Amino acid sequence: MRALTWHGKHDVRMDTVPDPEIVNPRDAIIEVTSTAICGSDLHLYDAVIPGLQSGDILGHEFMGRVVETGSKSTLTKGQRVVVPFTISCGQCFHCRLQQFSACDNSNPADNQDLSEPLFGHPVSGLFGYSHLTGGYPGGQAEYVRVPYSDVGPIVIPDGLDDDDVLFLSDILPTGWMAAENAQIEQGDTVAVWGCGPVGLFATQSALLMGAHQVIAIDCYPGRLALAEGLGAKTIDYKRTHVLDALMEMSGGIGPDAVIDTVGMEAHGFAFDTIMDNVKQTVGMGADSGHALREAILACRKGGRISMPGVYGGMLDKFPLGALMEKGLQLKTGQTHTQAYTKDLLKRIGEGEIDTTFMISHRLPLEQAPRGYDNFANHQNDWTKVVLKPGMAEDGIGTA
Amino acid sequence: MSAIDLPAPGTGQPRGQAIVYPDLPLPRGRRTAPSPSSYRDGSVREERNALWLTLGAGAVLGAVGAAWYAQRQNEQQRFQRPPDSAPLRTSRVQPDRSRPLTGRTVTIGKPRAEVYAFWRDFSNIPRFLEHVESIQSTGDGTHRWTIETGSGREIVMDTRIVHDVENEEVVWRTVEGSDIESEGRVLFRDAPGDRGTEVVATAHYHQPGGALGGAVAKLLQVDPKTQIRRGLKRLKMLMETGEISTAANRVADAARP
Repeated sequence: MRALTWHGKHDVRMDTVPDPEIVNPRDAIIEVTSTAICGSDLHLYDAVIPGLQSGDILGHEFMGRVVETGSKSTLTKGQRVVVPFTISCGQCFHCRLQQFSACDNSNPADNQDLSEPLFGHPVSGLFGYSHLTGGYPGGQAEYVRVPYSDVGPIVIPDGLDDDDVLFLSDILPTGWMAAENAQIEQGDTVAVWGCGPVGLFATQSALLMGAHQVIAIDCYPGRLALAEGLGAKTIDYKRTHVLDALMEMSGGIGPDAVIDTVGMEAHGFAFDTIMDNVKQTVGMGADSGHALREAILACRKGGRISMPGVYGGMLDKFPLGALMEKGLQLKTGQTHTQAYTKDLLKRIGEGEIDTTFMISHRLPLEQAPRGYDNFANHQNDWTKVVLKPGMAEDGIGTA
Repeated sequence: MSAIDLPAPGTGQPRGQAIVYPDLPLPRGRRTAPSPSSYRDGSVREERNALWLTLGAGAVLGAVGAAWYAQRQNEQQRFQRPPDSAPLRTSRVQPDRSRPLTGRTVTIGKPRAEVYAFWRDFSNIPRFLEHVESIQSTGDGTHRWTIETGSGREIVMDTRIVHDVENEEVVWRTVEGSDIESEGRVLFRDAPGDRGTEVVATAHYHQPGGALGGAVAKLLQVDPKTQIRRGLKRLKMLMETGEISTAANRVADAARP
């Protein structure tokens, strides 16, 4: 089959690799019909995530048609399914508590040795996201072996297009959980750092959950316009003093809840890059630790911090004093995707949530390397890239 | 010590500069003070180097000695401390270094009787414990283990169950004349709430090659600690999910434990 493989920094290629097989009884094989490039894939592209090996297949947002099932899979051939990026067994202590991204069993035992010393506990398995999270081949390919296919994949009814539901795989539940972790109440002002796909979905979700106003913060006019289109107010941090503006826009109180969708992995786990970040004084895009620090300072006393942005190591100059003295709560974590897909699919079906507005480009899978290059380097226009294995090679390449 | 004496305190020269030429006493064997040019001829410098080398070596030896002494004191004090609730395998001090004790606890979301029964059938063990090729019952509570050492060599270990309490505990020990000398012990107890069963596996073993052998084994990931850690994780996967997670895309690539 054809698959997008990683070979080094800024070096991803389309390769021909062996087709996957059913290995375990609960596996299914999916023929991919749509797969997206996630913002977090760029950090693999930039080679700042440890545990990648040359030839690894990337991609963790994908959907497709079931073509093969193991003896204990509950899927049937021909079904259309969206596959959560988190691999979860459904039966361990954490899965039973609906903490799917904390699954004890999905990361192969020898791989767990990589993250256990780093975090105190091993992380669970994810598709296409380094050997730290299991080394599972990802979804930017023609076929994917899906373990625990009786737990993760959600069957899509006819009448919904791929583009309507693809983002159930990661960014829509991630944005939704971000807003849920912000514990929004009536009359709340919610500030969201980052207008990437997760920030936009967090904005949309926070408004649906009854926030009085959502203030979205970014520097790309194209992305700020998308947030505005959802009904959010906007702050361009290159034009405006963020802390001052947030106070003035919330009656001098400060936002009741803040959501950091930026994360810091964009700049790597390496100590020196973290130190560099600390030294930088401007720019959320260029200084990702900055976003979290700013969010903590902005948050009102007794307020809530939600942190869906991915962090993987140590953060220097963490304003712990502000967290304690203001009595803030912090909620975070990889998304418990499987806990949200059913409800969100219903909301999509009822027209309450539209996810297609952020897709800027659709490309044939063969042009995935071009998609990476542009998504990394033209953030204003390339907000979300969807790859279609079946799409004609001469596809025009844009929405 | 060197023949060079440091100037007495209070001679106006800071200690760090005490061996600057003018105040330097005559080195042994010299009748006259060296001329300013002979100052660079090396002989004085050699003696100075010797002084610093000696001082440095003394300092290092002293530090090593102090560290050794502190460590010894510490260990003695640790033995004297009143016992706490933590299991011995987590202690900073092991009573017998030639027979290290290692072990790990895992909670498995299955009833105690089921987990015990699975383990008690020793032929199941190779399914989750890496390097164990097979275990055959040789009757009367004895088993023959075939173990792959990692270097392609196979060794055979004969064990006898020395203690067995249904749904609670199994202990086995290698018999006389076995290639390896070890003792394995597995405890089963109810986990709190509805969490299932706590399984505690510990091993006492004779470390082939001593401490160095242990370090090499750890490097090659064939040490008992790694084996137990990964083995218990696979046992948990197998019992809770019915399969062992693998990232392999093809059957041929799916490594057996």
